[in-house]
Amino acid sequence: MVEFNRRQALGLGASAFIAGILSGRVAVAAADTSTLTIAFNANLPSFDGTTGPSAVNPAIQAIYRSIFDQYIAQAPDLSFQPGLLTAWGWNDDRTKVWMDVRSGVTWHDGTPLTPEDVTWSLERAADPATGNPVSNVWASIGNFTVDGQRITGDVKNFDPTIFKWMAFLTGFVLPKAYYTKVGAAGFEAKPIGTGPYMFDAYEGNSFLRLKANPNYFGGKPAFDTVVFKFVTDATSRVAEIESGSSDVTLEVPFEEYDRLREKAGLAGVSAPISDIGMLFVTNIEPMLDKNVRLAAHHAIDKAGIVKKLLRGYGVPIDTLEAPEYEAYDAEIKVGYDPKKAAELLAASGYSKDKPVKFTIQTTRGLKPKDYEMIQAIVGMWRKVGIEAEIEVYDIAKHFELRMSHKLAPTAFYNWGNAIGDPTTSTGFAMYSKSPHSAWKSDDLDAMMNPLWGEPDEAKRIAGWKAVDKYIAEQGYVIPLLQYVQPIVYKSSLKVIPNTSSALQPTLVSKV
Amino acid sequence: MTLTSVINRLGMAAITLFGVGLVVFVLLRVVPGDPIAMMISPSATPADIAALRAHYGLDLPLPEQFFIWLGNVVHLDFGTSISLRRGVLQLIGERLPATLELTFAALVFGVLAGGIVAVAGVLLRRTPLEAAMDFVNGLFLAVPDFVWALVLVLLVGVLWPIFPLSGRLDPVHASDFMTPFYLIESIVRLNWTDTGDVLAHLVMPMLALGLPLAAVIARTLKEALSEAMVQDYVLLARLKGMSELRLVLQEALRNAVGPTLTLTGVQFTFMIGGTVIVERIFAFPGIGNMAIDAVVNRDLPLIQGIVLVFGALFIVINIAVDLIANRLNPRQSHG
Repeated sequence: MVEFNRRQALGLGASAFIAGILSGRVAVAAADTSTLTIAFNANLPSFDGTTGPSAVNPAIQAIYRSIFDQYIAQAPDLSFQPGLLTAWGWNDDRTKVWMDVRSGVTWHDGTPLTPEDVTWSLERAADPATGNPVSNVWASIGNFTVDGQRITGDVKNFDPTIFKWMAFLTGFVLPKAYYTKVGAAGFEAKPIGTGPYMFDAYEGNSFLRLKANPNYFGGKPAFDTVVFKFVTDATSRVAEIESGSSDVTLEVPFEEYDRLREKAGLAGVSAPISDIGMLFVTNIEPMLDKNVRLAAHHAIDKAGIVKKLLRGYGVPIDTLEAPEYEAYDAEIKVGYDPKKAAELLAASGYSKDKPVKFTIQTTRGLKPKDYEMIQAIVGMWRKVGIEAEIEVYDIAKHFELRMSHKLAPTAFYNWGNAIGDPTTSTGFAMYSKSPHSAWKSDDLDAMMNPLWGEPDEAKRIAGWKAVDKYIAEQGYVIPLLQYVQPIVYKSSLKVIPNTSSALQPTLVSKV
Repeated sequence: MTLTSVINRLGMAAITLFGVGLVVFVLLRVVPGDPIAMMISPSATPADIAALRAHYGLDLPLPEQFFIWLGNVVHLDFGTSISLRRGVLQLIGERLPATLELTFAALVFGVLAGGIVAVAGVLLRRTPLEAAMDFVNGLFLAVPDFVWALVLVLLVGVLWPIFPLSGRLDPVHASDFMTPFYLIESIVRLNWTDTGDVLAHLVMPMLALGLPLAAVIARTLKEALSEAMVQDYVLLARLKGMSELRLVLQEALRNAVGPTLTLTGVQFTFMIGGTVIVERIFAFPGIGNMAIDAVVNRDLPLIQGIVLVFGALFIVINIAVDLIANRLNPRQSHG
């Protein structure tokens, strides 16, 4: 056996370290082409995408979708497509649901996916004791029976969006036998799914390494290895892509995006996503005055904000439905009209000399230029006779104030809606019984009440469009813009932007 | 330091930790940011919200919550993280070693670099180089650790990409470690490839944390050495023909190191606090990085656990510094 004295050991260590650096072993050289390294903008708190707060965090759905499959899949344009279910629907009187489970799918441990895995996942999601944050959504169906690959269940409470939720937050199928065997802790230590990539190594707040699933029903993935580096600081993500340490990154400042995509060896893609920026209006003074609400909306030059603050990366909107959403109605326009805003305020006795005063709350740095946007809006308001005081808060405080209906008269927020349904945008943001709404009024509830369980889809969508039109006319909320997601990547790659904002490795390929 | 005084210090430490725990517990519940509000579904009813609150034990009166938590902490049960859904103590046990390795590396760097600069400054006193060194040192003193982190990211990460920008290991080739002390384990196993990998990932965060410390040590030690160099015993040694370097290292340093050591202890505790931002910038998986997520997610059990551990670390460091100072200068223990 070779023995080293202290001096030799230290010398060997130093030599190995220097040799390592020189050989590129520890340096930042690009990974080989079989590896995709993503400088990701969020940490992964848990591998269980169906329970706990992380299950409803839109930022990490890309990771969950890499390891697991959803009941129903979603294309980058938000359209729904077969996932682990190949077909689905209701019976004619909407008292039953049926789902056909894809055959020939295997879990990462080689065992076959069964319909029992699907029913177990649905029942588990519906059980509030498991900690599923949207368990009441899943509880609308139950009493499942299996016949071959077909599952049939009872509709306990008709929800026209239940199948859309199967492609949305917490809509993942987990392995019944494996989870039951290893328990929650065992599953966190080594999760298995049916997704395109398999768990390989994980270090919280640092990285997740995945290996390609050679048996994936959608075909073998493009990369043998995928590494998600959890780089939550935007400056560090810029450095990651610029130094070549990562192959792809996202959510970098727009100034950096414009600079990086012009650099040799890098490319960029930016496309509108399903997140919108908006101002909640709370039904308290002085917003009970319709003239004040509408004046506040007309006074905002959204196109100017997008152009000057966001370098053109944003789409001005006048309803809570973004253009990709199902109930989007291009006819609904509010329009920038400072003269009209001043007239409306004058009708209520307000002017530049006698401004209406209220507070506007905003986050700072949570979304691109959020605070700057509010500063600009306050400046625009001042010109027509609105004097708003800015209060900066963090997102946790926003949630608490919103749940307890104590938001300021106006409050900035960003709302995500990756399934594009009107219930998950206008519905939950404006219905008085929703803990996430700020404007609560009976007139609006009366319009919405019949829509929650409307079985006629065309009638349902038309109804939500009417609600959106009414909201715009009444000024119950001030939608601002649809966000654009910047993605920077090596020019040797091709990236398909995902409207849901989930940067999934399956949307990245080699040129 | 006598055994009695050590016992007294430990008693005080327990009281301090109780105070820290109480303050943090109360503060977290009075400041805005309800963790339940962050996870409720849009269609949740008041009953659903109440059930969720009960699920996390947040429905009980505040004193009852505190004493339940305290009772559990005494039995080393720090609760379960709301966001990470794992035991708080287990999570801290996994992350703390990364922070300890980083901070000790930064401490070693700071002491060595600061010591060398101080000694060089004394040897070069009354030369133009001394003024230049003082100027540069002043510059280093003025720049906080997180700014160093960003400067290093730009210089050594992007413009001259020698060292990895993020993480604690190369994620593509990362080995399986048996313990969370990667550096120590790789050295013990004589796995120099892993040692090089871990060290390379340590360099930038270590420099970001260590450079301000080095500047503080350099200034304090240089002043103390300069004072010592005009004392009679140094003059006598000089008359005996001892070289300036030996005068500094053998005669002046032992007497000058006391105040520097105390200050280093204080600065070291600040440096541990500085890991919160620096670890974030370098995606270094330590307890500081985890602390930010815990605060953002209003993960009350995890925040409480992290603060208690930080508090315990501060106390341990202060006791260690006192013990070392007494060892170096026994007169201190007698007042």
